[in-house]
Amino acid sequence: MNRFAALIDALAFMPSRNGKIRLLVDHFAHTPDPDRGWALAALTGTLVFAEAKPAAIRRLAATRVDAELFAWSYDYVGDLAETVALIWPGGPEHGAGDPAAAPGLDEVVTALQGARRADVMELVEGWLDRLDASGRYALLKLITGALRVGVSARLAKTALAAWSGVALHDVEEVWHAVTPPYGTLFAWLDGRAGRPDAGTGAGFRPLMLATAAEEGDAASFDPGDWCAEWKWDGIRVQLAARGAERRIYSRTGDDVSAVFPDVTDHMSFDAVLDGELLVVRDGTVAPFNDLQQRLNRKTVTAAMLRAYPAFVRLYDILFEGAEDLRPLPFVARRARLEHWYEAVRPRRMDLSPLVPFAGPEDLAALRDGAREAGIEGLMLKRRDSPYVAGRPRGPWFKWKRGALTVDAVLMYAQRGHGKRSSFYSDFTFGVWRGEELVPVGKAYFGFTDAELVELDRWVRAHTVRRFGPVREVAPGLVLEVAFDSVNRSTRHKSGVAMRFPRVHRIRWDKPPGEADRLETVESLVDR
Amino acid sequence: MEPGGFHVDPVAPVERAVITHGHSDHARPGHRHVMATPATLAIMRRRLGDGAGGTLQPLGYGEAVRVGDVTVRLVPAGHVLGSAQVVLEHAGARAVVSGDYKRAPDATCAPFEPVFCDVFVTEATFGLPVFRHPPAHGEVARLLHSMTVFPERTHVVGAYALGKCQRVITLLRAAGYDRPIHLHGALMPLCDLYRDAGIDLGELRPATVADAAELRGALVLAPPGAIADRWARRLSDPVVALASGWMRVRQRARQRGVELPLVISDHADWDELVDTLRDVGAPEVWVTHGREEALVHQAGRMGIRARALSLLGFGEEGA
Ligand SMILES: [Zn+2]
Ligand SMILES: [Zn+2]
Repeated sequence: MNRFAALIDALAFMPSRNGKIRLLVDHFAHTPDPDRGWALAALTGTLVFAEAKPAAIRRLAATRVDAELFAWSYDYVGDLAETVALIWPGGPEHGAGDPAAAPGLDEVVTALQGARRADVMELVEGWLDRLDASGRYALLKLITGALRVGVSARLAKTALAAWSGVALHDVEEVWHAVTPPYGTLFAWLDGRAGRPDAGTGAGFRPLMLATAAEEGDAASFDPGDWCAEWKWDGIRVQLAARGAERRIYSRTGDDVSAVFPDVTDHMSFDAVLDGELLVVRDGTVAPFNDLQQRLNRKTVTAAMLRAYPAFVRLYDILFEGAEDLRPLPFVARRARLEHWYEAVRPRRMDLSPLVPFAGPEDLAALRDGAREAGIEGLMLKRRDSPYVAGRPRGPWFKWKRGALTVDAVLMYAQRGHGKRSSFYSDFTFGVWRGEELVPVGKAYFGFTDAELVELDRWVRAHTVRRFGPVREVAPGLVLEVAFDSVNRSTRHKSGVAMRFPRVHRIRWDKPPGEADRLETVESLVDR
Repeated sequence: MEPGGFHVDPVAPVERAVITHGHSDHARPGHRHVMATPATLAIMRRRLGDGAGGTLQPLGYGEAVRVGDVTVRLVPAGHVLGSAQVVLEHAGARAVVSGDYKRAPDATCAPFEPVFCDVFVTEATFGLPVFRHPPAHGEVARLLHSMTVFPERTHVVGAYALGKCQRVITLLRAAGYDRPIHLHGALMPLCDLYRDAGIDLGELRPATVADAAELRGALVLAPPGAIADRWARRLSDPVVALASGWMRVRQRARQRGVELPLVISDHADWDELVDTLRDVGAPEVWVTHGREEALVHQAGRMGIRARALSLLGFGEEGA
């Protein structure tokens, strides 16, 4: 438990993704089985046991600590698990136990998995007396299901790959066939055993991803070698239906099936498909914002299913029945997909059409004309490309339409994270509505390091107010902001929200009075 | 406090002052006559120059002097080099003004000695039961572990110039770290003073940020104010650490933008405060300098008469 607690502490304060990976690598390299496997499970959310409620923890603390002292402390710390971890009067660091007697993560997880809910708090009380403050914190966060340290399943798998030297997509291929505490997975990554069988179940198969096309690539887009499709503005998913199992995976392999019953209901087939998840009403793709309402949730209500009906536009077929189609060329897979679709006709799904084109110029015109909702640009796929996991450069390109831009005025700046923590590097900007500026977005990138230094200097010299890490600046600097699209939003005072805004140019030359007005931004809103 | 016509750690210039230790919220400039331990006087001279006081009267630990009808004695407080509790005896009664103190081991200063008394004046910087400092060697072990995980990054540790800096260095040396330790310019003078006082700090080098490359993988100590600002940004991809008792609470560490919080404090934690109230046996306790309410409440639970003594000018000292 001590090693796990140290990892949780270090991850929680580590701002950079790369740093988190290195902390995980260190943990996998120096922690024995099965503890490292349980840690992996705890971080990736695959650990299942009877959780404890915060109220029960509070009651437990009340048996040991004076009520008034607890109230002052909780008020100061602001987090229940942290307050209890710090205030708990037992623990080896205060002479109440032997540090060597601290329970291991394996002991804790095994006991929790075997425990009835009614017995959990008694176990917890005994462990709290044997753990130090860090251990108590990790334990309390673990048993309340609140381990939030910014590690996604994807990041954990990336760390496994970095540590072992095995390719990430190979780790992903077996991920859904292995279970906590992942003994077979670690044995393989350690080189002590062969690769675990990925199985024939509805496990995730790593996706093939496209690289962004650059100027030089476009000239080679000849219809003899390439197929074109629209690039739909939803989220990339994999549908896997094998036997009784029906799964929807995100691009990174997260299982999101539970919140899309309106799609899984119609997956009465045996195949693995690649497509784009969208909200579609009456045959029309709704803006990305509508899809956003369905994402990042644990449950879904009937009202949401009605208001934001999900839909999958299919790109590719990976398996039909038990047959692995991935080695086939794209055009052959496309033919199989079309035949399969004709035969099965699943509801809430259709085929992403191929876009006919005559040559590179034609394609460029198509791309720039693609302003309707739901289309971000074009996808180019080589006719002979097999379906390869990862992001190989060459067989597939995404070719986005040009970005939109507005001239906005810098309003607030906030300190960044990690390397940038000493710079003001997060910029909130606004446009004019009558005589006032209203914020329309926030950009963190798009400028060079040298420009960042100048921006930082400008912010410090023009601060009018400070709120913690945020500075409000006098309206004096115009930023040309590029973004992919803009939607209506009730969460923003301006009524609009930009997607992927970034600083395109710093307009040191432009007076703020000449920046854009809100009406201009509104005219760019997707239908 | 003015039983003998003098003040302990006065906030404004006075005729006669007794100073518990050299931190700037206790040792203020401009008093006409200053009494303190020889080390505290040396620190004041180093920091304040002529502002240290008109006449400086050294008083070693355990020596007694009479000032008016009061006997004054200084007893180690375990806080920083030279730090003292002021023991006042008058008409058969004894009061102890403890200044800042801690009970945890510290190789850079004499350990706290509890003095049995009738009235005890205690600080309460960490006067909440959530502040319970872990053993400092464990915190230093975390720092050294981070240096093995990120061997190419510069680890920059924020530490107060007086006391914390030198304590962190001795902890590192005790943990076997024998490479040179690099210091921000503001930390050097007091390290020299500690070395003159016979405290071994190993090899120290000035951290010239111009040589960011030379500082790759190095350990740099800097004042807390410097770790998140212009100075630190010139280092090579720094891991920002801060050695302070406040780091016990995550939100505080986050506010400071710290990647590696080190809970190392020169102030008593909650358990030390409570133990000390018990050890000195005073039936009356005055609580000052921090979160008085919780410690007053706790004293009440222990059958001690306690009250909060709010002193102007005592802000939240980071330690
Ligand atoms: Zn002090
Ligand atoms: Zn103080």
